[in-house]
Amino acid sequence: MKIRLQQICHARSGDKGDTANVGLIALKKEFYPILRNYVTAERVKKHFEGIVLGPVERFELPNLWAMNFLLHQALGGGGTKSLKNDAQGKTLGSALLRMEVDIEEEVSLK
Amino acid sequence: MKSKIRIASGQGFWGDLLTAPVDQVTKGPIDYMMMDYLAEVTMSIMQKQKRKDPNLGYARDLIPLIEKILPICLERNIKVITNGGGVNPVACAEAILQVARRLGVKKLKVGVVVGDDILDRIDELGSHGMELKNMETGESLKTVRERLQSANVYFGAFPIVEALRGGAQIVITGRTTDTGLTLAPMVHEFEWSASDWNKLAAGTVAGHILECGGQSTGGNFSGDWRSVPDLAHIGFPIAEATPDGEIVITKHDNTGGMVTLQTVKEQLLYEIGDPRQYITPDCVADFTTIQLEQVGPDRVKVSGVQGKEATKFYKVSMSYLDGYTAIGTLTYTWPDALEKARRADEILRTRVRDLGLEFEEMRTEFLGYNACHGPLANAIQEPNEVVLRVGVRSPEYGAVERFGKELAPLILTGPPSVTGFAGGRPKPSEVVSYWPALLPKEAVTPRVQFHEI
Repeated sequence: MKIRLQQICHARSGDKGDTANVGLIALKKEFYPILRNYVTAERVKKHFEGIVLGPVERFELPNLWAMNFLLHQALGGGGTKSLKNDAQGKTLGSALLRMEVDIEEEVSLK
Repeated sequence: MKSKIRIASGQGFWGDLLTAPVDQVTKGPIDYMMMDYLAEVTMSIMQKQKRKDPNLGYARDLIPLIEKILPICLERNIKVITNGGGVNPVACAEAILQVARRLGVKKLKVGVVVGDDILDRIDELGSHGMELKNMETGESLKTVRERLQSANVYFGAFPIVEALRGGAQIVITGRTTDTGLTLAPMVHEFEWSASDWNKLAAGTVAGHILECGGQSTGGNFSGDWRSVPDLAHIGFPIAEATPDGEIVITKHDNTGGMVTLQTVKEQLLYEIGDPRQYITPDCVADFTTIQLEQVGPDRVKVSGVQGKEATKFYKVSMSYLDGYTAIGTLTYTWPDALEKARRADEILRTRVRDLGLEFEEMRTEFLGYNACHGPLANAIQEPNEVVLRVGVRSPEYGAVERFGKELAPLILTGPPSVTGFAGGRPKPSEVVSYWPALLPKEAVTPRVQFHEI
């Protein structure tokens, strides 16, 4: 079944220089394996094609049912240098929630 | 020893909700209030202010705020800890004492942490082999040495602990970590040792939850945001700490917002790198060991936090001038709003090229269409209006200033149904870039001094 991350996660993003981070958190414990198995660094990199110019790193926080993604070279130089309206990457969290994953298992979204 | 202390967050950044610290000291019991004012580029703004006037260079908001809350803080013995001293914590302390005298306060001790400002010591440190290379790129400081605006060491909790032990009612610091402001009262009250890594990590995690104010109590919450009650009167977070290092995050009764597992998790993940290594001057906290539990309405318990030994380095935050930018906007409306905005951008770029202006970067965004999510945004068939936003960056002031004169003419010489130029020509603003480096801890010594009535 196809799931949009917005259906199973919430997220917050912020900046450190030209790197943005997105904390992606499963709404329920049973959704966390979906993040672990399907929301890989490679897929996130592909999702942000044209926005994130550098590599994507992924860190697992199973205790919080969460992942932390570092998106390098994502902010047009970062800080006061960036010409982006969203120079701090505050909206990249919601941009990640747009991502769709095609999962093998059936899960109840309720 | 107290069995529990309550530490409140009053400000999450310079520019935060001004009523929040007043609410924190009046709406319920607290023992300490911490206020974080410093972001990466804040110090350079403050240096600029100090160069113009040697009595400035700190968060000026702090003075009228202290005037408002000092009487009640003294009455209830609430201690205030803040890094709002910026690049001039001594002048900040003196300004606070002046306000206190005006209020008729007879006795007040302000602790000041100094020694973080190493701008005048850069060459001396370099001559002792401490090069302050960029810790992210490895570049030599020489490439930006002449353009340096500020250089400050991040101190941790322990200089504040010393000030509290000396009896300070208010502690003013320069570049202290946000987390140190919250950890310090725990170390002081519970007499935690400087090598009790798990407890220091627990207090650091509490500090991370408090450091952005309302962002842990329902502000900027991306879950079911509609369910957050009364954001207009949002209560800022409070950490209840006990000597064993257990923390409960809560807020005052009868305030808006909420404290849930989800709001706390979002803040825990905010602006972190490798969660197993959250590095501060005080310890290295492992965020993958944090256990959260909802133990009551608006009460989340934080336990199980493990930490490791602190590193042998301080992080240094430096800033340098890195050219100029100017950004301007015009609003185009139906019909064909997006097409008009695109055409205006083409005309602008042609004129800029004809003038021979060159930029490091010229960036165009269409606000209301796809400025934030770019290629991920859904295509909109017929937007009612689109804001054209064009920015340029260059080392040359002149080129950036000249660009600023090209936007307004588009109104009478470009596509129709355009408005939104009331703000005048976009003016060039200085780019201040950030230069992070590491410095062996023995190279600098934090000092605590007391100013009192």
